[in-house]
Amino acid sequence: MDILYKVFIEPFLFMGEAPDLLVQTLWEGLVSGVLYALIALGFVLIFKASGVFNFAQGIMVVFSALILVGLYEKGVPAFLALILAAVSMLVLALVVERVVLRPLVNQPDIILFMATFGLTYFLIGFGELIFGGNPREMITGQLLLPQGTTEIDALGGSIRLQHLDIAAAVIASIMIGLLAVFFSKTRIGRALRAVADSHKAALSVGISLNQIWVIVWFAAGIVALVAGIMWGARSGVSFSLQIIALKALPVLILGGFTSIPGAIIGGLIIGVGEKVGEFYWGPLVGGGIETWLAYAIALVFLLYRPQGLFGEKIIERI
Amino acid sequence: MFYREAGQFKTNYVADSAIFPLREDRIGIGLIVLAAYALAFIGNSFLLQAVMIPFLVFSLASIGLNILTGYTGLLSLGTGAFMGVGAYACYKLMTAFPEVNVIVWIFVSGFFSAAIGALFGLPSLRIKGFYLAVATLAAQFFLQWCFIRIPWLVNYNVSGALDAPLRTLFGIPIVGATATPQTRYLVVLTIVIVLTLIASNLVHGRIGRMWIAIRDMDLAAELMGIRPLQTKLLAFAVSSYYCGVAGALLVFLWYGGAEYDVFNINQSFFILFMVIIGGLGSLIGSFFGAALIFILPIVLGIVLPALFEPFGISVGADVIEHLRFMIVGALIIFFLIVEPHGLARLWQIGKQKLLVWPFPY
Repeated sequence: MDILYKVFIEPFLFMGEAPDLLVQTLWEGLVSGVLYALIALGFVLIFKASGVFNFAQGIMVVFSALILVGLYEKGVPAFLALILAAVSMLVLALVVERVVLRPLVNQPDIILFMATFGLTYFLIGFGELIFGGNPREMITGQLLLPQGTTEIDALGGSIRLQHLDIAAAVIASIMIGLLAVFFSKTRIGRALRAVADSHKAALSVGISLNQIWVIVWFAAGIVALVAGIMWGARSGVSFSLQIIALKALPVLILGGFTSIPGAIIGGLIIGVGEKVGEFYWGPLVGGGIETWLAYAIALVFLLYRPQGLFGEKIIERI
Repeated sequence: MFYREAGQFKTNYVADSAIFPLREDRIGIGLIVLAAYALAFIGNSFLLQAVMIPFLVFSLASIGLNILTGYTGLLSLGTGAFMGVGAYACYKLMTAFPEVNVIVWIFVSGFFSAAIGALFGLPSLRIKGFYLAVATLAAQFFLQWCFIRIPWLVNYNVSGALDAPLRTLFGIPIVGATATPQTRYLVVLTIVIVLTLIASNLVHGRIGRMWIAIRDMDLAAELMGIRPLQTKLLAFAVSSYYCGVAGALLVFLWYGGAEYDVFNINQSFFILFMVIIGGLGSLIGSFFGAALIFILPIVLGIVLPALFEPFGISVGADVIEHLRFMIVGALIIFFLIVEPHGLARLWQIGKQKLLVWPFPY
């Protein structure tokens, strides 16, 4: 009985007693959820258009951030470095399409998945060779990102809001809005959706697959760059950052591989669930449950909807 | 010329369903096994300890994952954790019942990881493809968390690490600090050969056909009377058994002691590389994959500095390390482009060519 009380009653009583802590936890969860969503978005873009499960998204985040910081350290002005980093993502997209994707067209999904693993290894080695393995500071101030905190006195306590977190949420929302408009209103966006539906049908109406792949990899590169700036500002730019790609996996699976709104809502659910679970239930089992809670949450959702919350319904025919 | 099917007639059904129907294949396998045993007496301890033992252990783990991913078509990213279950179970059994021979416990510890594997395989009935990867990732992170947080698993050891106590077979130490690489290699080799033989019989028999039917189309397999629940769970259990034994061998016969960190997510990815590069759905591919992924970085580590030497370029160890990463990554992509069906396919093509050699067809 005691254990039931501790699991089902005490955390909720604690939430009621200290609403400021609850709001603080929820806020932190939402912010990290937005950042997870940003990484998941990169996965979704590529999966939608080419059916490739791009494991290299995590290292692309690190790589783009490293180029930005590395160029700045060489004396390039911050905003020029930002543009150059974006250009290098375009170069990466072109190279990947030509060297990796084109020879592997029409291969099973798992082979393409494996190829992105190879790409991950290559980029890790290449990045460390050029920039060295030391962690670096993100150039937050030079990119005019706000710093500092605001404290709001409310609910019998005070709630801390990091300005950087607010900026991250705003920028991520703008980014997602732009992508949504791009996908639904522009000519290229329509072509992307056509490719996602059927490669063959898209080819038959004259859409160039190769071009589309370069565009989505470039778009994913830009998303990676933004994610890299935001994550880098929070925890420094280093190669250990690439493991956040693993954090994006449950988000992705929860939302469905092919859905942009799914990635966002999945990110928020995972972010909030993780923080709340760790804060209120973590101490019961000795803490550190953040590492697997996200997967457990995703698993529970999956048992009810095997294709993710917003994924296309899987129809099987014989 | 010397590799021919001609003239070898099968006169009964047993001969027809043999694993190696060709006489030349049987001789070849015999020679390879013989050479492997001979290596224990002619190889130096670096070769045995740093190359051959881990190669065999990873081959065994790859066979385990290949049964699940290659034969049954269920993607798993929890291999590392299942290996860990085997290692921790073996440690508990070994220290709780020291009078029983350690070889017995290595085989028994596999059953613990088989049970855990079957438990985490339950979602596979509803979830498919990449979505299933999340279920196995949950297993990976949850089990790893258990390894850290449950001190009972390491007998309340202060360091939180597994250590290998001295255990003997016929009076010769095989586990523990005093065991020589030679004896350990022989033990690992024998276990791997026995388990590979069993796996070979499994995948060529009725059970293997059930797995393959589920892989090719589980809906159709169900209509043909194959029960998906039992078949998928059996695949998870057998696969985890192999991984568990490999994990026990990894800790007690290779490292001689380990922490929870050995069984992290990278280990799972590592084994998955081996399976895919070696060839999905091929036992010999598991060996090829393990050889390529594990031995290639070692060879590069030796070859690369030697390559730079003549040009008078002295490069640091870190640069070599980074180049190694780049080359391994590029080679993975290269092999996938050249032969997406893995090294096992190249082996098959080579055998086909040998059958008609010296003629082109």
